[in-house]
Amino acid sequence: MILLDLFLGFLRVGCFSFGGAYGAIPLIRDVVMSYGWLDEETLIYFIAVSESTPGPIMVNLATYVGSSQAGLAGAVVATLAVVLPAFVIILLVMAVFKKLLRYRGVQAALSGVKPCVIGIILATGIYMIVDNVAAVAFPVLEYDRQAGLVTAFLLAVVLGARKGFGKEISPVWLIVISAVLGVIVYSLFP
Amino acid sequence: MSLLADLFFTFFKIGLFTFGGGYAMISMIEDACVEEKEWITHEDMMGAVVVAEATPGPIAINCATFVGFRQAGLVGAVAATLGIIVPSFCIILLISVCFDRFLEIALVAYAFKGIKIGVGFLIFSAAVKMVRKMEKNVLSVGIVAGACCAMLLIDVFAWDLSSVSLMLAGAVIGCIAAGIKGGGGG
Repeated sequence: MILLDLFLGFLRVGCFSFGGAYGAIPLIRDVVMSYGWLDEETLIYFIAVSESTPGPIMVNLATYVGSSQAGLAGAVVATLAVVLPAFVIILLVMAVFKKLLRYRGVQAALSGVKPCVIGIILATGIYMIVDNVAAVAFPVLEYDRQAGLVTAFLLAVVLGARKGFGKEISPVWLIVISAVLGVIVYSLFP
Repeated sequence: MSLLADLFFTFFKIGLFTFGGGYAMISMIEDACVEEKEWITHEDMMGAVVVAEATPGPIAINCATFVGFRQAGLVGAVAATLGIIVPSFCIILLISVCFDRFLEIALVAYAFKGIKIGVGFLIFSAAVKMVRKMEKNVLSVGIVAGACCAMLLIDVFAWDLSSVSLMLAGAVIGCIAAGIKGGGGG
């Protein structure tokens, strides 16, 4: 019953993965290995593809593993299983959300959590920008010339749009521009 | 009916252009649902992000379910959640069936290297927007700075500490501060 296994395996992933995809990867690895679906090397390749294609990484990975094990049906089952817990939990939370927010204790906690989330997102952005140009995995520092070029161009585009036209570039356009920049820079400077 | 279609296609677009996971999507959702469609306020959005972080599952799914339910109940939640899944589902299915070594196609790899850099900018600008709109006082600014530094250290030194534990610390600090304020005022 590969479909049932896929469903139960990815239901477990969906239930216990907190804090986004990177927190979920060890869990996914555990599930995939324990069922013997993929070997380590294939899993790493699957993760790389899931990170590079659009959409939530966890959902991509579920679709990919499901498809590799049982075709279209496997992909559907694994994807639904990974999504289901988040979907149900949010519905439950929202049913009590408004009431919950009125409690003073909850408000006090949220007044600390909100700036904390902003700080985490800020750090993630800074780290990603710097990490692309110079891989910072202590104590190794590796400079990437092409990535430096793309970063400089992007910075010029973003700042240029703000100063020149007084508005922000929409996220969709930023993605399209950075893909084009990637193709140009990495083709010209191999 | 048109609201459901609107929800589906708005999140379809977000799903199609969200590279690099949940944090990148926050700036997409803010752009589409707060500024363009005005479905939710920035405050609601922050609430949704906190709830999404604190509950299991992909952050993108949590947020889509949240906005969809707010707009059109259970059907809305289904429409928005399906909308965000369908594009990546089709793309991955196509890749898994048609391309054995997808990332080894040179132009694809180049484009994705570029996108990876763009995603960093996207996440950073989402955070800057949040800081701008935040109610600023010593406590909130201090927590932003502290959490940012702590998270950077965690990233750089690859410490085995999740963002959830930072948020718990934030909650504790928030409660203590409220207790001190309440005690001083009363």
